[in-house]
Amino acid sequence: MSLRKSDHLEMYRRMQRIRIFEEAVKTLPVEGHLSIGQEGAIVGACMALRDDDYITGTHRSHGHPIGKGATLAPLMAELLGKVTGICRGRGGSMHLADFSVGVVGESAIVGGGIPLATGAGFSAQVRGTDQVSLCFFGDGASNQGTFSESMNLAAVWNLPVIFFCENNGYAISTSVGKSHGQPDIAKRADGYGIPGVIVDGQDALSVYKASNEAVIRARNGDGPTLIEAKTYRFEEHCDNLNILIPYRSQEEIDHHVTNRDPLVIYQAALLAMPEINEKDLDSITAEVVTEVQAAVEFAQQSAYPDPADLYQHMYSTPIHYPA
Amino acid sequence: MLDTINEPLIIAEPTSTQLSYMDAIVQAQKEEMLRDERVVMIGEDVSIYGGTELVRSFDENRVRNMPISENSFTGMAIGAAMTGLRPIVDLTIASFTYLAADQIINQASKLRYMTGGQIQVPIVFRAGMYYKIGNAAQHSDRPYPFFMSAPGLKIIVPSTAADMKGLLKSAVRDDDPVMIFEDCNLWAKKDLVSTDPDFLIPIGCADIKRPGSDVTIISIGACLPMVLAAAKTLQKQGISAEVVDPRTLVPLDKEVLIRSVAKTGRLVIVDNAHRTNSAASEIAAVIAEEAFESLRKPIQRVTTADVHIPFSPVLEKIVYPTAADVIGAVNKIQ
Repeated sequence: MSLRKSDHLEMYRRMQRIRIFEEAVKTLPVEGHLSIGQEGAIVGACMALRDDDYITGTHRSHGHPIGKGATLAPLMAELLGKVTGICRGRGGSMHLADFSVGVVGESAIVGGGIPLATGAGFSAQVRGTDQVSLCFFGDGASNQGTFSESMNLAAVWNLPVIFFCENNGYAISTSVGKSHGQPDIAKRADGYGIPGVIVDGQDALSVYKASNEAVIRARNGDGPTLIEAKTYRFEEHCDNLNILIPYRSQEEIDHHVTNRDPLVIYQAALLAMPEINEKDLDSITAEVVTEVQAAVEFAQQSAYPDPADLYQHMYSTPIHYPA
Repeated sequence: MLDTINEPLIIAEPTSTQLSYMDAIVQAQKEEMLRDERVVMIGEDVSIYGGTELVRSFDENRVRNMPISENSFTGMAIGAAMTGLRPIVDLTIASFTYLAADQIINQASKLRYMTGGQIQVPIVFRAGMYYKIGNAAQHSDRPYPFFMSAPGLKIIVPSTAADMKGLLKSAVRDDDPVMIFEDCNLWAKKDLVSTDPDFLIPIGCADIKRPGSDVTIISIGACLPMVLAAAKTLQKQGISAEVVDPRTLVPLDKEVLIRSVAKTGRLVIVDNAHRTNSAASEIAAVIAEEAFESLRKPIQRVTTADVHIPFSPVLEKIVYPTAADVIGAVNKIQ
């Protein structure tokens, strides 16, 4: 599928939503793992999916539901622990899963979502639909057993799964160079007999192209693909994290922020297209700013969960628990 | 998809038949798979351990053999449960539940709550307890107490073929994750089981296996035949023992347990799990907290010692609770 003007503008809108949402989160009393710098990888992948396709996220996952098309207000309310939050205040920053847009969980256990995404693909195969499942995970998760086990499972059963690695170079403070025998994670695909693709994660269009090919493959019953998007996290691992021994240089950060910003790169690509002009982009940005402001207000004005409802959502039918 | 059938349905009269505990496991799964096409079965070497009948009856789409990746195929089944299937995961030997525990506890047990009820995880984890057969410590665990500490799971420990069939079928139809701990020592044991395809035993209901008046013996899982034998011996001594099987450990049927203790005033709990933090420990705490005034003597636990299961049969046979231990515990509180 080639992108039409409306698709391009939607892709730009979702990237801006993530960026502006995260900038707002920085001003709130929320300890979050921000997606700033990784918008191109996230949205490029999500734009290759249909609404009824599945994704799983990670602990750094504000961006994934937004990339898949979620409404912002319930996400923001969740970050503040409000009852109007997407998870009714039970999940928080690392679990902004919005099932209505196909998010099948975000896992704070690194690598924990990889089997779940594989299962969503398995389910689609058993049910005989042509849905696909795209699994976001990081370079750190690729060192978990679930990564190897799940890729093998998907390969053995030819499951419609896209394993999408956002390689941002660091698992908290541990670099890929110091934790991976083979720093190109996509090369591991060979060991499981599936295609592995490396893509520039800061270039949303390249990500979209690679993801789209993998999605078509999966939808046609040709099995899983491993995509490694080389990206970069602009912010610290999470807010309020006091890392005393520097693990990446200021020069390195500055280089990426200045030269490798996925929004700047995509803006330039869009403005080079004859059918898109600066006004199109400015009006989207203005709309997103308003949308994020409204989400913050909604979150701030919402009520906290009622302590009497502490046990709500534990079981399908309330059981006599714990008393 | 199911077409509407206009012909009148012929419904056979529900009857009962002698069935082994193993056949009850197979039948329950087969009936539920026939009833609901969303039910799938996954596990390692599914064609053995009683799965032969399922492999013969259903295609590979419904019965899937897995590579040795317990944590990930368990997680895969959880992901499938969240997206429209109702998987039964056969983890075979219960000691392997530790490998799958990350996905069972961190994902299956928590996701309904953590997502504010957006999803449900209708899944059954089967775990077989293969002990007393010289398999040594890494194949002989009875690990249900570990999982009792993880809210969000339902935990069942059937002790008869009928309970197995009725509870396993309820587990498959339940919308929450259910762990069912099977006991290989009961595999061949037969009893009368209903052939009604809708025969269900509700999760969370204890069963009085033998009424009595002098002492309550709460028997967990496969302790039952031994406890019933002990009760018979006690009867000869003039002690009437009431044997209660909780059948479900989470949620625990406190009402039936408390009512029995209120009647007898004495309690012995028999559990094949290791003593520390056993299911017996939890039940003892519940009775002490909620029915202390009913007790005329201290609660007694009869459990497996806090020692690893040894290989040598000479050593292995002395670690589990025996009828003599149960009788000794009852006599201690007379």
